Amino acid sequence: MTRFIIRRLLLALVTLAILLIIVTLIPNIAPGDPARKIAGGTASPERLIEVTESLGLRDSVATQLKNLSVSVFTLDFGESFSVATGEPVMSLVWSALANSAKLVILSLLVIVPVSILGGLVAAYKKDSWIDRLIVNTGLAFSAIPDFVAGVFLLAFLAVPFEFFKVQASAPPGSGPLVQIQHLLLPVIAVLMVYFGYIARITRAGTITALDSDYARTAFMRGLSTGRVFRKHIARNALQPTVAVLGTQLGYLFGGMVALEIVFAYQGVGNLIIRAVQRADYPVLRAGVLTVAIIYMLATLGADLLVAWMNPRARQTLGDN
Amino acid sequence: MSETSDLPKSDPARSVGERSSATSERSAKNQIRREQFRVLYRSPGFIFGVLIVGFWVFAALWPSLLTSDGPKEFVEAGPRVKPGSEAWLGTNKTGWDVYARIIYGARPILIVAPIATAMAVIVGTMLGLVMGYYRGWADEVLSRVIEAILSIPIILMAILVVFTFGRSTPVIIGTIAVLFVPAITRTIRSAAIAESNLDYVMSAKMRGESGLFIVSREILPNVTGLVVVELTVRLGYAVFTYATLAFLGFVGSNITDADWGIDVSQNYEQIVRDIWWPSIFPAIAIASLVIGVNLIADSIDKALKS
Repeated sequence: MTRFIIRRLLLALVTLAILLIIVTLIPNIAPGDPARKIAGGTASPERLIEVTESLGLRDSVATQLKNLSVSVFTLDFGESFSVATGEPVMSLVWSALANSAKLVILSLLVIVPVSILGGLVAAYKKDSWIDRLIVNTGLAFSAIPDFVAGVFLLAFLAVPFEFFKVQASAPPGSGPLVQIQHLLLPVIAVLMVYFGYIARITRAGTITALDSDYARTAFMRGLSTGRVFRKHIARNALQPTVAVLGTQLGYLFGGMVALEIVFAYQGVGNLIIRAVQRADYPVLRAGVLTVAIIYMLATLGADLLVAWMNPRARQTLGDN
Repeated sequence: MSETSDLPKSDPARSVGERSSATSERSAKNQIRREQFRVLYRSPGFIFGVLIVGFWVFAALWPSLLTSDGPKEFVEAGPRVKPGSEAWLGTNKTGWDVYARIIYGARPILIVAPIATAMAVIVGTMLGLVMGYYRGWADEVLSRVIEAILSIPIILMAILVVFTFGRSTPVIIGTIAVLFVPAITRTIRSAAIAESNLDYVMSAKMRGESGLFIVSREILPNVTGLVVVELTVRLGYAVFTYATLAFLGFVGSNITDADWGIDVSQNYEQIVRDIWWPSIFPAIAIASLVIGVNLIADSIDKALKS
């Protein structure tokens, strides 16, 4: 297990290095003066010099890469250009991240039990109408973009029912329950997007586990269905689900950009869009890197969890 | 799938007899393929998907056959008219016909998504085949790069790229294509690795065939099914990605252009004032196209596995 952890951590470091190289290279390989692109077409010559300086674009690519790496490890990305002029980039990122975390945690609390239950029911009632209903509605919902789901919810829930709030951010000073009430619509939208996906993975894992010899033996020993599921099926059937949840965590943090816009929620995605609209490159870069690093850590966590659940998984790293 | 490919091919000089066995092998394969097509044509999901996608393709090609109004033509009904007899999907705040805008809005998404997908699948397939067959350190390095790119939500990477390179249509197409390459490469690569371990590749190697021949003439035909599935699945994602970029304001130079994503973003705020039709109808258009493409992808996948 220790060997597995060390190899997996090294792999994460390599991923981080490649990520930094990509983010450093993008403004450098863009045609034209990167400072002009980043500062906007109407920037004054002084502003251009300032931008070039502050981003270190006059340095060699290697120096830029080194500076960016230092930024990542010291969590210092300089000051914001225009989203909140002069404020440290990271303080903007932190507050956005706190908001995103609320949405992500609440979403997971809803998505995980509902989707896993859906998958288990579909697997247990395989090929029945309920199985087909779960699989097909899940498939249809997970295909549509998150903002489309959000817009539908605005029309069909927020307008007719006072209870559902249009704005996901509660007024300042609201208690946790009011905050949750405001977050309900985006959470439902996230559930629509993810339910089919996670339920399908769980269903597949459960069907495999149900077909196995140990499950048949357990049933033949006369154990109740619930007991077989809890003691024998869950651990094996849920491994793919855990792995998938790990990979989706990063997307929940940063991939719901359009959904955050629909519900005017000040999460990381929204911060990144504001950074783009105001040509605030330091904030944009820090936001994208933050999401990527969260994603990396989430997959790392999921891999370790799967390895802990299934010793065989520890062997396969590297020859995927 | 490849049981017919395991025929002994150890004879280094390919004789006429060998060629005839290759033809019978091909006809057996055609037999399987015909059977798969039959399953495909009979699946209701496929028919439904083709009808939906076909309608939008028709709209993209000949919009004027489906509507007499232009996308930026002030209709008699005036602005903010409810769906009804005057304008059957209503008019927007400017006084433009929502139905006409949806018909004309099919074009941009149906230009960008298929081109980007085709480019990504061609590059990703070639890369995946070469990486999976040759392995080695280049494959190791590229695999790590792929993992790193896959670690950023595609929409964020697209925002970063479009921000630095500008928002012209070629940039959008190129961005979606480049961002889709890693996932396709990974799928094809693992299939190519599995194929490389099979006997027919071994025997081709022993025959002294070149790597290029083995990759393009031996392995590629055996992963075509997977490539087709990738093509359709990614097309769905490309539609998804383009619509999202349009909604976020990263597409096109003019917010008055007919484009489903732009129309949703320009009008969704009016939903709370009960003016839902200018945004909900384009949203339904996006949903129907994505679901249509996914139905096709799903049916092809099922048919290939049948």
